[in-house]
Amino acid sequence: MKRNDAMSKENADVWITGIGLLSSLGEGTNTHWAAMSGTAGSTVTPVLDEENYAPYPVHPLVEVDYATQIQKRGDLRQMEPWQRIGTYTAGLALADAGLAGDFEALDRMDMIVAAGSGERDAAMDQKVLESTSGESANKGHSNEILKSELRPTLFLAQLSNLLAGNISIVHKVTGSSRTYMGEELAGLASIENAYNRISSGQSDLMLIGGANNAERKDSLLIFEMGQNLWGEEFKSIWERAEAGGGLVQGSVGAFLVLESADYARARGAKAYAKLSGISSDRCRRDDGQAKDSLDSQFDKLSATMEKGDLGILSGASGTKQATAEELAFIQGLGNKGFTPIARAYGSMMGHSFEAQMPVGLALAAISLSKGEYLEPLDGSGVEASADKAPEQIMVTSVGHWRGEGLALLTSLDSKEAK
Amino acid sequence: MVNSLKDHLGRHVVVVTGMGVVTSLGQGQQDNWRDLTAAKSGIRHISRFSTEGLRTTIAGCIDFLNVDPYSAPALSIAMAESAASEAIEQANIGSKGDFPGPLFLATPPTELEWPQRRELYAEESDTTFEGYDRLLSACRANKHEEMQRLFQFASVGEHLADKYGTKGLPISLSTACASGGTAIQLGVEAIRRGDTDTALCVGTDGTVNLEALVRFSLLSALSTRNNPPEAAMASFSNDRDGFVMAEGAACLVLETYEKAKARGAEILGVLMGCGEHADDFHRTRTSPDGMPMIKTIQKALVDAGVESSDIGYVNAHGTSTPENDKMEYFSLKQAFGDVMETTPISSNKSMIGHTLSAAGAVEAVFSLMTMRNSMIPPTINYNTPDPDMGKIDVVPNKAREADVSAVISNSFGFGGQNVSVVYGREPK
Repeated sequence: MKRNDAMSKENADVWITGIGLLSSLGEGTNTHWAAMSGTAGSTVTPVLDEENYAPYPVHPLVEVDYATQIQKRGDLRQMEPWQRIGTYTAGLALADAGLAGDFEALDRMDMIVAAGSGERDAAMDQKVLESTSGESANKGHSNEILKSELRPTLFLAQLSNLLAGNISIVHKVTGSSRTYMGEELAGLASIENAYNRISSGQSDLMLIGGANNAERKDSLLIFEMGQNLWGEEFKSIWERAEAGGGLVQGSVGAFLVLESADYARARGAKAYAKLSGISSDRCRRDDGQAKDSLDSQFDKLSATMEKGDLGILSGASGTKQATAEELAFIQGLGNKGFTPIARAYGSMMGHSFEAQMPVGLALAAISLSKGEYLEPLDGSGVEASADKAPEQIMVTSVGHWRGEGLALLTSLDSKEAK
Repeated sequence: MVNSLKDHLGRHVVVVTGMGVVTSLGQGQQDNWRDLTAAKSGIRHISRFSTEGLRTTIAGCIDFLNVDPYSAPALSIAMAESAASEAIEQANIGSKGDFPGPLFLATPPTELEWPQRRELYAEESDTTFEGYDRLLSACRANKHEEMQRLFQFASVGEHLADKYGTKGLPISLSTACASGGTAIQLGVEAIRRGDTDTALCVGTDGTVNLEALVRFSLLSALSTRNNPPEAAMASFSNDRDGFVMAEGAACLVLETYEKAKARGAEILGVLMGCGEHADDFHRTRTSPDGMPMIKTIQKALVDAGVESSDIGYVNAHGTSTPENDKMEYFSLKQAFGDVMETTPISSNKSMIGHTLSAAGAVEAVFSLMTMRNSMIPPTINYNTPDPDMGKIDVVPNKAREADVSAVISNSFGFGGQNVSVVYGREPK
């Protein structure tokens, strides 16, 4: 499905007016900007935990005082970490947009959360495996263990839609609530749906985003079943792809407030950037299909774009084929008249599946509003430095397994910009 | 006639041209309708796994599709395929493997299951690794790509998109027990926006496994009236004590009325409107004042451009939990006014159990069949009126002939999810 401004000029403009970010780098837009723009020090360095999940490095979550966004201890107790990360970050985005506590607005706000699901109780799983495997196996015994060890709260903390449910309870977002699933493509599809609903007038105020808790072996297991993880000394995204490929998970929360320009103006809200177009598609990932899909999506989206410098915030995971094809697409942009200034933000924040594309939109919006590109985030040579102010940034989403998409963000007139 | 192609707000009228369904009563519209109107139950003792020591030992399992080895995603795929193939054939749309629109899929969250964990655990013989480290070590040694694909959240959707050639990203969604309603809602919204003129909306759920049963049981959500299984679901009856987990799938082919008429398709019904409002009260309970449910129902009526007196039948969420049935009827009375006391309301779940993620889609098919066949399926096991509910017509225990021109179907879920959809007949 493809829509963009070129096809529907009468449609409402879609602005990004609030951003919540939480990761290994810290919390909030300024902290992330400082860590990735070089202003915090001369070089940008990722934060890693290379011990607790060895041989897999992960980007661990910064220490968080959840009580600042999730005041009731009872609420916090009902959530496992991924829901805490998401609920906290949604609160940051609402506060950033000036909507926290605006109950009238929140009661009509539409929400889409892109979610996987929650943690297993690793100790209980180990107990079941030990008592029901091998020669002394007693499979009937698992009924007893599950009955005595499963906690009702853990079930609710596992349900995919309970991140949205917690956001409704804690922050009072109740206009509508939908949860998209499907790893990276859930993030992509939720942004596309929000864009389509706002630009067509079906909604004027939306909250979208997702969360990932990287620090859990049950989640590492799902991706290592297909040997998708990077299990050696840490390398950045492009370097990793060349050395055999693999993804490094990051604990991340990313939420965005999107609204129609008219709605934002009426309530006096400033915006980071405009979401000018978005496109998505799927293929079966035969050789070259992902690159072809990106090329044809780009050609449609770029019909109205000015040629020249183009920021690319790549959501590449580092897995071999997907990342190689995305890189070939980026490096082919020169032939289309664009000079790509690419940054793979996964090198700094890790890969966060459902939250990956919301992270990219957040960073692109911050970058446009600051009027600067992020620093190059690796030493592969793919990421050229740039001095000029970005006017347009494209965010890529190529799922480690499925789903390809592009989103175009453009800068706003200074009167309207944050 | 030109005007009938647009609704009261000038939007494309969305119609249904194909339907498919699988429940514990059987496969396909015909078998389901026969049993549903004969007041039969599909609830049985569970034979899929040992229920020794468990408080609830019954469910509406789909064992007749012979999915072996069982896993929730594998069964969810098989049921979704059965429903989608039936619906696409009835709609006679597109060509084989080339459905001309997107997929909106209500599907349960996926999770690795015990047989797979045990398989990986057994593969790694190095016992210095414990628990998940041992499973991870097994995966480093041998790639388990097929297993991973089955247990990705995109798994069921990708499978269906490949098989039916739906267009664009397949959308997999979860709004818990409201998911089926949400899938239909997303299809309606996409068509109204003009993104597409056709959509495939599917709900599927095959999650009756040990752990899921224990989890719902721990939340005190399940009926423990195991004998006889057919009598456990007692929606709206004063002796109701919880729901019975069940499996099932359903599919609707949605189109603009304009396109359906142009290609001469049979119109099975109209999707008149949808309503939704989230609840911020509690993870598993409803706001005591019922406002989110009331707003959901009111929004659906407004979106459909109808009054409560136009609704001839309420296809209830009716889960047979003490809380749901009370709050649902209370909210309907608030939203409908006095007319609710004489509006028939029945729970398909009293016969097929609670098909969870699929429920809103399954009940959409039955809502449309109610209008088409002028016959309201009953609420079975209705023995004792609930004094808190006052006057209510649950179409007790026996199907009833009735000329119904509009139905509202409710779907409510954990996490404050509320969706109502209004279905109608083809405009004359």
